[in-house]
Amino acid sequence: MSHFSPTAAVNYFFNYFLMKGVLVTIGLTVAAVIGGLILGMGIALMRMSSNPVLSGFSRFYIWFFRGTPLLIQLVVIYSGLPQLGIKFSVITCALVGLILNEAAYLAEIVRSGFMAVSAGQREAAWALSLSPWVTFRRVTLPQAFRLMIPPLGNSINSLLKATSLASVISVEELMRRSDMLMQEHFQILEVYAAATAYYLILTSVWDAVQRRLEKHFGRSSAAKSRRVAARAPVAQTSAEARA
Amino acid sequence: MSEMPMNTASGVAGAMAQPQLREVPAVRMEAVYKHYGDFTALNEVDLKVAKGEKIVVCGPSGSGKSTLIRCINHIEKHDEGLIYVNGIELDHQRKNIDAVRRDTGMVFQSFNLFPHMTVLENCTLAPMTANGMSEAEAKDLAMHFLTKVRIPDQAEKFPGQLSGGQQQRVAIARALCMRPKIMLFDEPTSALDPEMVKEVLETMRKLAEEGMTMLCVTHEMGFAREVADRIVFMNEGKVVEQAAPEEFFKNPKSERARTFLDQIIH
Ligand SMILES: Nc1ncnc2c1ncn2[C@@H]1O[C@H](COP(=O)(O)OP(=O)(O)OP(=O)(O)O)[C@@H](O)[C@H]1O
Ligand SMILES: [Mg+2]
Repeated sequence: MSHFSPTAAVNYFFNYFLMKGVLVTIGLTVAAVIGGLILGMGIALMRMSSNPVLSGFSRFYIWFFRGTPLLIQLVVIYSGLPQLGIKFSVITCALVGLILNEAAYLAEIVRSGFMAVSAGQREAAWALSLSPWVTFRRVTLPQAFRLMIPPLGNSINSLLKATSLASVISVEELMRRSDMLMQEHFQILEVYAAATAYYLILTSVWDAVQRRLEKHFGRSSAAKSRRVAARAPVAQTSAEARA
Repeated sequence: MSEMPMNTASGVAGAMAQPQLREVPAVRMEAVYKHYGDFTALNEVDLKVAKGEKIVVCGPSGSGKSTLIRCINHIEKHDEGLIYVNGIELDHQRKNIDAVRRDTGMVFQSFNLFPHMTVLENCTLAPMTANGMSEAEAKDLAMHFLTKVRIPDQAEKFPGQLSGGQQQRVAIARALCMRPKIMLFDEPTSALDPEMVKEVLETMRKLAEEGMTMLCVTHEMGFAREVADRIVFMNEGKVVEQAAPEEFFKNPKSERARTFLDQIIH
């Protein structure tokens, strides 16, 4: 059998079993982004704090989770922790692993976003008697967030694909279900063509969302300061690729 | 729009604003020190500014002019000595810092407008959030001061769409919206193209005429000569010399001030 059947690929694309895997992939991504953002914000705040214990812990956390493969983290949580009597359901394991890992990346993005807002902005807010909360909410956060969108977008794109690693600990997301179909019918190219199409659709949809976000939050910066020595914050480096 | 005096405490015409000696001074600094590590940025600074007085601070780069002015609203924290602003002691207590910041407005060399807000939003944010003003009231107030600095037509624009001179005038209006009693300027025209310096100085001159107490770091000696009641010359963290402008320019006492003036006037 040495041919590729487009019909079979299309059939796999509309396969109900595979579609449910797509939903699991989306669910994992959304949950990991939300969890990762909340935890990452906390890690970033700790990293920026003047307390050496807090910033030291945060530094260690980021170093650890960015310095080890997500695959190992997932396997350790799923198969290693039960050895210590700590046991979670499969889906919880996947979520814990993805959130812990994503938080490390997002923490650095959040931190660099805040660091790129010039000190003069905070000083102007103080001089105007703005409260710390108003300064954060109305002055620093919106400016930091605008700078965070591009690296945040890249990180979420990576995360979307990284959820496929959860297949190794038997979470039935898109990748795992593709494997299962493949082992049943041996139409390797056809099955993975369908899965590839789904990943491309998901990342493209996210790209479009990201572009709209950038446009929405960048509206004031569209008009670049003329003449004035612009004190534009440094451009962000793109998020590192995941293992 | 209703008549809104710039500042209720001293809304007297400039010419009549004789510093009243028995009154609480606007600023009083006694033996103030500020260190950055081993470096002494302010070295036993004494300074007294009467209400309504206009002070120009000058001196070579790194002499501590910015540090001095930034200690007055506690954007920089002094290490030793006493600072009183309108009688409120800056003792690092939150409530006193807040009270002092409410009495002072600051204008920065780099404007520091909030780039993600329109000109109007820049001006209404503090009155609405820190003073609990309604949006309508805050807008009226903002338009009043934007008119005063002669850019009411730019209210809906973002700072990035304005020229440097316009941005700095917005920054002045934004500070005035909190109705400060003292205005602090840190080289407000140094980041501007020459043709825009004039419009900003004009705005400041008007403010001075209305009786505002002003401390201004600037190298604009023409402005100093015309507007200042007193020049404060700094060098290496110390106030080296204080004198009326005529006196200072004609007959500087210290050698350091003489070389400084030679350099600046060429
Ligand atoms: N945050 C800081 N950390 C360390 N040193 C500082 C800091 N801020 C200021 N300094 C130092 O303190 C000295 C006085 O600084 P300041 O900004 O007050 O000088 P200035 O008179 O305003 O100079 P310029 O005319 O260049 O603005 C300078 O030598 C500067 O390097
Ligand atoms: Mg300075």
